[in-house]
Amino acid sequence: MNFVRTIVAAGLLAASTSAFAADITGAGATFPFPLYSKWADAYKKETGNGLNYQSIGSGAGIKQIVAKTVTFGASDMPLKPEQLEKEGMIQWPQAMGALVPVVNLEGIKPGELVFSGELLGDIYLGKVKKWDDPAIAKLNPKVKLPSEAITVVRRSDGSGTTFLWTDYLSKANAEWKTKAGSGTAVEWPTGVGAKGNEGVAGNVSQTKNSIGYVEYAYAKQNKLTYGAMINKAGKTVQPTIAAFQAAAGNADWAGAKNYYVILTDQPGEASWPITGATFILMHKAATDKAASQEALKFFKWAFEKGDKMAEELDYIPMPGSVVKQIEKTWTSEIKS
Amino acid sequence: MAEMAVESDVMEAAGPYDRARALSAFKLGDITFYWVTRACAISVLLILGGIIVSLIIGAWPAIQEYGAAFLWTQRWAPSADPPVLGALGPVYGTLITSVIAMAIAIPVGLGIAVFLTEICPLWLRRPIGLAIELLAGIPSIIYGMWGFFVLGPFLANTFQPFMINLFDGVPVLGTIFAGPPSYLSLFNASLILAIMVLPFITAISVDVFKTVPPVLKEAAYGVGCTTWEVVRNVVIPYTRVGVIGGIMLALGRALGETMAVTFIIGNSFKIQSSIFAPGTTISAAIASEFAESDGLHQSGLILLGLLLFVLTFCVLAAARLMLMRLEKKAGN
Repeated sequence: MNFVRTIVAAGLLAASTSAFAADITGAGATFPFPLYSKWADAYKKETGNGLNYQSIGSGAGIKQIVAKTVTFGASDMPLKPEQLEKEGMIQWPQAMGALVPVVNLEGIKPGELVFSGELLGDIYLGKVKKWDDPAIAKLNPKVKLPSEAITVVRRSDGSGTTFLWTDYLSKANAEWKTKAGSGTAVEWPTGVGAKGNEGVAGNVSQTKNSIGYVEYAYAKQNKLTYGAMINKAGKTVQPTIAAFQAAAGNADWAGAKNYYVILTDQPGEASWPITGATFILMHKAATDKAASQEALKFFKWAFEKGDKMAEELDYIPMPGSVVKQIEKTWTSEIKS
Repeated sequence: MAEMAVESDVMEAAGPYDRARALSAFKLGDITFYWVTRACAISVLLILGGIIVSLIIGAWPAIQEYGAAFLWTQRWAPSADPPVLGALGPVYGTLITSVIAMAIAIPVGLGIAVFLTEICPLWLRRPIGLAIELLAGIPSIIYGMWGFFVLGPFLANTFQPFMINLFDGVPVLGTIFAGPPSYLSLFNASLILAIMVLPFITAISVDVFKTVPPVLKEAAYGVGCTTWEVVRNVVIPYTRVGVIGGIMLALGRALGETMAVTFIIGNSFKIQSSIFAPGTTISAAIASEFAESDGLHQSGLILLGLLLFVLTFCVLAAARLMLMRLEKKAGN
């Protein structure tokens, strides 16, 4: 009996402490998971309040917040304004990331190879099959390209990363738009599918003459050979934090309803064309108002103190002007 | 005397009474046991029925939308509006990887089993037996990782170029073994599957081979049979039913294996003639896309799951039929 009593007591204790500490729960996109967990850790040290974030994918995150089983949902794909209205939710961009094309080609240095959206579309359509194709050579007159077949690598799992990539290809390549379109999972005309950013990174680094797309952080951490891009303004840009932030800064956040902005192919001479924000979704009138307020406090704290941590993990903090606007939205839209 | 008679009367009276009580107590226990076990057995049917019903409910929108055409449509375009979904690619991948895996695993597995029971010196029996058990205990994700980092590169750099050069220009075989070599392909996934199902075939075969009465084997050896002839004409015919049971269990695993296959099959819904090209299986497709799916797309994935269920059922039913025919033949 003593044994049982101890277990019950321990269970009650665990239940009471967890109810006290982890009353903010969130679920959704896998892409910002490292960032949210780092923020949560620092926030807990500072305030004693915990946060429990489950990275189950953007689609599943949206489902969870619609069903009100979590305090906030997270998605790499913003919801359309009418959808938000219908569910009585608001959304805002919490941080940004960027995608880079990565290649495995002998003798090619990072940033040396230049791509355009049109060309990437043609490669992923299977129309450009070899590395010495005139279409690639035209953009890279000084680079010696091998006469080898291109192995196209892409994600196999549905993902926000794939959404950004295919959204950009749809904007830059008309044929891609009609043949494959954009989405978290699309009808891939060619290529092999690998699981997760780490799967694509691993596959590209192992397969000679391959091309893939990953989050900038994965390219950097795995020391992959990334390519440069020609942006909407026709300028060649390298993937840098400044270029990513330029894309966010040039986006029309003020004019967009419910922050429905997809950051790919933004104007501006310095903008990196494949940039995306990751969004937070919350109900305007939450059932658990205390938890909802707690979550807002956390996100406010993250905007104020989380920038350095974000940069350490190769995420891009939202520009200050956008943050001001978001905080205004909170006070006007969320009922406490 | 009379006193004693009385006593014995009492005893006799007490006897049947206790006996009835004891019997009824037994009876109660027996009835409880009967119903508990019966409930356990029926729960299997309920669980199975529940799974089928929930799959059908989940798949209903997709069934209504695509109908039977789902089976022979190859296009898989969840981002199209409305989504165009077809199961041909994953079904083809599931069948082809299972067939190749079984073609490799059956001879190798039976070979190991025969060696272990008939030929192996005693001191080697335990290490090999243990290795087989370990092979069965490795989680599938480990197989997937090993396939991705070790087996895939090896096959792409050595085995595949060799086969592609060997059959270059040969009709049919030239298209089955066509390049370019790839780390992720139907063939690589099949090979991983073969390794994964090997222990099922081997362990069950070893167990049934041991049930062959020594007298039968000794008699065969006595009339001058070689080891091969004993295995071929005595051991295999005697244990046929058990061996086929093991093979079916292995096939069931090969049809449904998810994680390892997802890692190294390349996840392409397009059907290509070369087995060195990427493909996908039903379970790999579901595992990859389920988390980020919704609406008709998710319903289509559930329909794929239902299809796998039906496919596995058909395979097991065919195996049952085959066993019945074999037993009938043996009976005659």
